[in-house]
Amino acid sequence: MTDTEVSYVDSPARPLVELTGGPPPGAAELESREIGAWFGDRLVLEGVSLRMPAKEVTALIGPSGCGKSTFLRILNRMHELVPSASLTGEVLLDGKDIYADGTRPQQVRLRIGMVFQKPNPFPAMSIRDNVLAGLKLAGVKCGDKDALVEQSLERAGLWREVRDRLSSPGGALSGGQQQRLCIARSLAVQPNVLLMDEPCSALDPTSTRRIEQTIAEIGHEVTVVIVTHNMQQAQRVSDHCAFFLAAENEPGRVIEHGPTDTIFTAPSDERTYDYVNGRFG
Amino acid sequence: MTPPAAPPRKLVKRRPSETTRQDRLAALGCAVSATLLTWFVMHLLLDSPGWLADLIVAYLLYLAMLYLVTRDRLGRLAASDRLVSTVVVTGALVLLAPLLSLLIYIVAEGAPYLRPGFFTHDMSAVAPTDPVTDTGGLHAVVGTLQQTALTLVLVVPLGVLTAVFLNETRSRFRRPVRIMVDAMSGLPSIVAGLFVYAALIIPGIQAGVGLFSYNGMMATLALTMVMLPTVTRTVDVVLRLVPDGLREASLALGASRARTVWSVVLPTARTGVTTAVILGIARVAGETAPLLFTSFGALGMNANPFSDPQESIPLFIYRFIKQPLENVQQRGYVGALVLILLIFGLFAIARVVGRDRSQRKAKRITVKTQENR
Repeated sequence: MTDTEVSYVDSPARPLVELTGGPPPGAAELESREIGAWFGDRLVLEGVSLRMPAKEVTALIGPSGCGKSTFLRILNRMHELVPSASLTGEVLLDGKDIYADGTRPQQVRLRIGMVFQKPNPFPAMSIRDNVLAGLKLAGVKCGDKDALVEQSLERAGLWREVRDRLSSPGGALSGGQQQRLCIARSLAVQPNVLLMDEPCSALDPTSTRRIEQTIAEIGHEVTVVIVTHNMQQAQRVSDHCAFFLAAENEPGRVIEHGPTDTIFTAPSDERTYDYVNGRFG
Repeated sequence: MTPPAAPPRKLVKRRPSETTRQDRLAALGCAVSATLLTWFVMHLLLDSPGWLADLIVAYLLYLAMLYLVTRDRLGRLAASDRLVSTVVVTGALVLLAPLLSLLIYIVAEGAPYLRPGFFTHDMSAVAPTDPVTDTGGLHAVVGTLQQTALTLVLVVPLGVLTAVFLNETRSRFRRPVRIMVDAMSGLPSIVAGLFVYAALIIPGIQAGVGLFSYNGMMATLALTMVMLPTVTRTVDVVLRLVPDGLREASLALGASRARTVWSVVLPTARTGVTTAVILGIARVAGETAPLLFTSFGALGMNANPFSDPQESIPLFIYRFIKQPLENVQQRGYVGALVLILLIFGLFAIARVVGRDRSQRKAKRITVKTQENR
């Protein structure tokens, strides 16, 4: 990233709508240390240490079943929702372990938002209520809700398409629009980190491009971690890349990580080279 | 909006139909020949035992003919398809027949004697020999409404909470609770009444506690035992249908589990919860057995469900239908008609209350956009 871009980020053109009770302002750095994960007795992930720098996009790539999604869910404590799941290691959010005693998962998830593979707007709510759902659900207050709705939808690149029908149900939108609505919903509480679990895998190329634009825009404001199966997408949107791989009957590990350019053009590990060039997976 | 150069093209709406003209003609032909053949066989060759036998023979002949004719015209696959769809439609009609005949019977028996006066006075001043049109059921209507409402007040929160417990928690006690609920739904309703009678009313009367004697509240408790498992099981099933993705989305926004249930899961399942309540109302509004030893029934008005015996419509029907005088029995039919109307009314109210708000809004918006065009 060049200096001019950084200076642009440090003085954003539009200040965010003010919230009370929300996460602290700005982006945060996320770092995992020696993360391992089990489902029951099966070890699915081992020794993952990764730094995801603030205000940059980190992509997690690798074949199916190598633990990328599990790792992503560990980053905002969604992993523990699975009854048989357990883990080891620590995840530092701006230097503080989110798994430390006395840290409530709700606080962590408020600071680290998540967008899922399948768009999941709340069907019983209107578009506007969907955007504001996070405020209600997490107990965040906002003085100017209209401005927040507009800003969140604008950041997610959906405002112009839905501004005339904010009171119609969120489920009536197309798949791509629903996914951007989910992004807007996550952005409305102004998280420090946004996790995305294959956000485009259920969408057509046009919607995918639209969401990639969105990621490029919000990537300057929050830390983004994205899981993707699409090599070109990882190359287009991410600043950093981590390649996960699980050998047969072995837990997933990070084979290689670094700047996206290096991973795609001059990887140091042969398996990374094979994967990013489509030789397997 | 339309480009000026485009010539207006007439749009022809087409809707491919399932059956063609030939199909309908063939079916009609089969029906006619089956009827004639039945008449020939059952009345000219044999001595028919009755119209029901004729009907069954005619129906079987019709099915056989339809199958053969269709197989000849369109092949074996189409023939078995036609055969099965005919049987399915017949099944639906056969099921509908008792329901409709019951409704028609009750309406025919009750409607001629139903007067507005039914809703304005009770039976305390009506002698058994008075005409049926003098029947007064105000006390029974009030009792049924009060008891059903009180039961709902007790059951809806309890049932929904139990269903949430069964679905949204990871407690080890979910299994035993689910088994209990299932067992309770098999409980004969008269046992619920007996239980309240033996466990509350007898000791209550002996100890002289006013609330625990024959009154509407005791009936409500018995009805609660009947309605609770119905509502709990239905809400349980409905909550299970709410996609897990919505729960995860809510939790990922920083919501607590309780908040997720209250703001996301229950609103999504709103229509289903309404259905559960409707099923529950249908279950209790017509219950008679649990009331026999609890609210006991009365001829006069008692608008206080917390003391003294209280009438309700099922008890009203039961009281009069077992009397020897014919015009008194007729009062029971009037009561039955009013009960059916009342349950329909409660259904309608529950539907309106439980209608999906966002959908209603969406409908209004589509109407508006159409007007704008």
